[in-house]
Amino acid sequence: MATVPLESVLILAAILFVMGLVGVLIRRNIVFVLLSIEVMFNACGLAFVTAGWYLSRPAGQAMYFFILTAAAAEVAVGLGLILHMRRAFGTLDTDKIDQMKG
Amino acid sequence: MLRLLWLIPTLPIAGFLILILIGAKLHRRAVSIIAVGSVAASTIVTALVAISFLASPPVGNHYSQMLWTWMEVGSFASKFTFYLDALSLVMVSVVTFVGLLIHLYSTSFMANDKAYSRFFAYMNLFVGSMLLLLLGEDLLLTYVGWEGVGLCSYLLIGFWYKDRANAQAAMKAFIVTRIGDAAMAVGLFILVVHFSTLHIPSLMEAISGYPVGSPLCTIVALLLLAGAVGKSDQLPLQTWLPDAMAGPTPVSALIHAATMVTAGVYLVARTHAVFIKSPAVMMAVAGIGTATLLLAALSACVQQDIKRILAYSTMSQVGYMFLALGVGAWYAAVYHFVTHALFKSALFLGAGVLIQALHEEHNIFKMGGMRKFFPGTHGAFLASSLTLAALPPVTLTFNSKDVILNRALLPPAQGGLLWVLALIGAFLTAFYTFRLFFVVFWSPVHKEPGRNGPRLMVYPLIVLAFLASVAGLPELVKAVTGAEGFYDFLNTAMPKLPGDLGPAREWGLQAIYAATSVVAIGLAYRLYVRRRGVVDGILRTPSLTMLHRLLEMGWGFDWMYAHLVVKPYVWIAQANRDDVVDGVSHGLAQACRIYNRVLSLSVNGKVRWYVGAISIGSAILLAFVILL
Repeated sequence: MATVPLESVLILAAILFVMGLVGVLIRRNIVFVLLSIEVMFNACGLAFVTAGWYLSRPAGQAMYFFILTAAAAEVAVGLGLILHMRRAFGTLDTDKIDQMKG
Repeated sequence: MLRLLWLIPTLPIAGFLILILIGAKLHRRAVSIIAVGSVAASTIVTALVAISFLASPPVGNHYSQMLWTWMEVGSFASKFTFYLDALSLVMVSVVTFVGLLIHLYSTSFMANDKAYSRFFAYMNLFVGSMLLLLLGEDLLLTYVGWEGVGLCSYLLIGFWYKDRANAQAAMKAFIVTRIGDAAMAVGLFILVVHFSTLHIPSLMEAISGYPVGSPLCTIVALLLLAGAVGKSDQLPLQTWLPDAMAGPTPVSALIHAATMVTAGVYLVARTHAVFIKSPAVMMAVAGIGTATLLLAALSACVQQDIKRILAYSTMSQVGYMFLALGVGAWYAAVYHFVTHALFKSALFLGAGVLIQALHEEHNIFKMGGMRKFFPGTHGAFLASSLTLAALPPVTLTFNSKDVILNRALLPPAQGGLLWVLALIGAFLTAFYTFRLFFVVFWSPVHKEPGRNGPRLMVYPLIVLAFLASVAGLPELVKAVTGAEGFYDFLNTAMPKLPGDLGPAREWGLQAIYAATSVVAIGLAYRLYVRRRGVVDGILRTPSLTMLHRLLEMGWGFDWMYAHLVVKPYVWIAQANRDDVVDGVSHGLAQACRIYNRVLSLSVNGKVRWYVGAISIGSAILLAFVILL
């Protein structure tokens, strides 16, 4: 079985993370922001699993389960927030809800 | 028995502590028992002490009781010591006894007041502080009592503090008195620097070695006089007393007539050795007293508020005491204090009965015909008025003022001018007293009283009026039988200055004084009973209207101080509002405001900006961790 070099997997993870971050920064629709955060989670997960494989330890994969759990919880809370936001402000645009500015 | 001395001030102060701590939770009856009981116990102890002092006079005619050393700093030591001699014994007896009667009166006068226990707590504290003032052997202890009575005066003038005018009157009394107190404190500091003690007997002994007219004595005497003038409401610090009438009437009777306003007289009498050493200051005392007694008596002639008439009368009578002090008649000042405490508190308590029965009516021209409704009060008021007007032989106490006037003709004063002015004052005194009396009691009825005076209020004032009119008895007995009188007793504490007029001249002067009073009373009777309306006609003359207004305002001293002191002070304070010092605090506030604006720029409410900032921050932190 051909082994993929560690660097390329980490670079892939970094690319995924930056894609997610850019998504969070440029998208104004909160649903897409949430999706981009999901991508960032998975980039982290990939990096953990790769590191665990490289060091021959199960900790990396165990960590991925934690991330998965956190992501599931985040989606549950996030979707609730989205619903509430829609009801309270009538919009999903994050730039429109800036009442908290100092 | 003399060893019970410490109980005299302690009992009222204990009563104060109980009432102020748990008084609000106690039943009214319990409050009355504690308040009146503590003063009554103090009076009984005073009586016991007085009896044993008179029966077996201690060595040197004074007794001191040291309780503990109060403070000791370097060469200066102050002891907590009570000192009893003829002077303090007389004053303490009057304060406790008059205080007891006024406490009794107050239980009825204040019966419907919400703050019943607070009132009696302050009254007890006042009696305790006053006794501390009188009994202190150390000037520092006297000063504690001095400030204590000032505090109580403030608290009780502003007792009904929800009314703004009352609170302002209290503030005025406190601040004006404070001017004198500050001068007095400086005088005490000078004494400490030069003698490193404030123990009165040692001080008096040390000062008796100084030559007459030495600068130190003059300065100390002047500063002590300033304190006395502030407390005793003399020129030029006399403006607070008429406003102090805002307090409840028993307070006016106890504090602003009988006791506290005579604290200045006590201070001068107690430190008379200093004053003897500076004849100039003695003359100043006599001058201040005469000026005050005349100005106040003139103002009293035109006032319409019954309590203000009595307040100006108090000012004027304390002026007589200062005149007595100034001409070296210490004993006469103290004798006049005793009689004044009795008849003036009786007059105030009588005024309180009328004011309460007429639903807070203070204007004498709206009273009238009270003779029918209040026979007891009428009798007591008449007796006290006759005593105040000094009319022999109806009242036995006609001689307290006359001794002062006689002394003014003797060295060191030898002032014919002082004598004439004081005689005019005596004429005015009899006039304004009977103007008040005739208008209130003998003119036609204007207003039916709401209720009769309760017995608990009328009896104390009858007792006071009776005692006032017979207080001259010891002197009369002396004049007839040659036994030891009141003055000889007082002279055991204070020296009698040489000089005597001789019986022939004394009797002649006595006749002049009596005639003066009779003429003044007759004039008042003619103007205010027989031919009412004449006065109103006279007052309509334009020039007299101006004078009338000036007198009514108390010679415009309030106006003058407002323009000379208060307004310039306020102006300076306003002009100086933005000075360099303020720059520091204002700059600090400005810097905070700028920093706040910069920080609040970052809180713009845009979620995506926050995410970006967090990412950049994390990247920078990570770079630090990895690279360093």
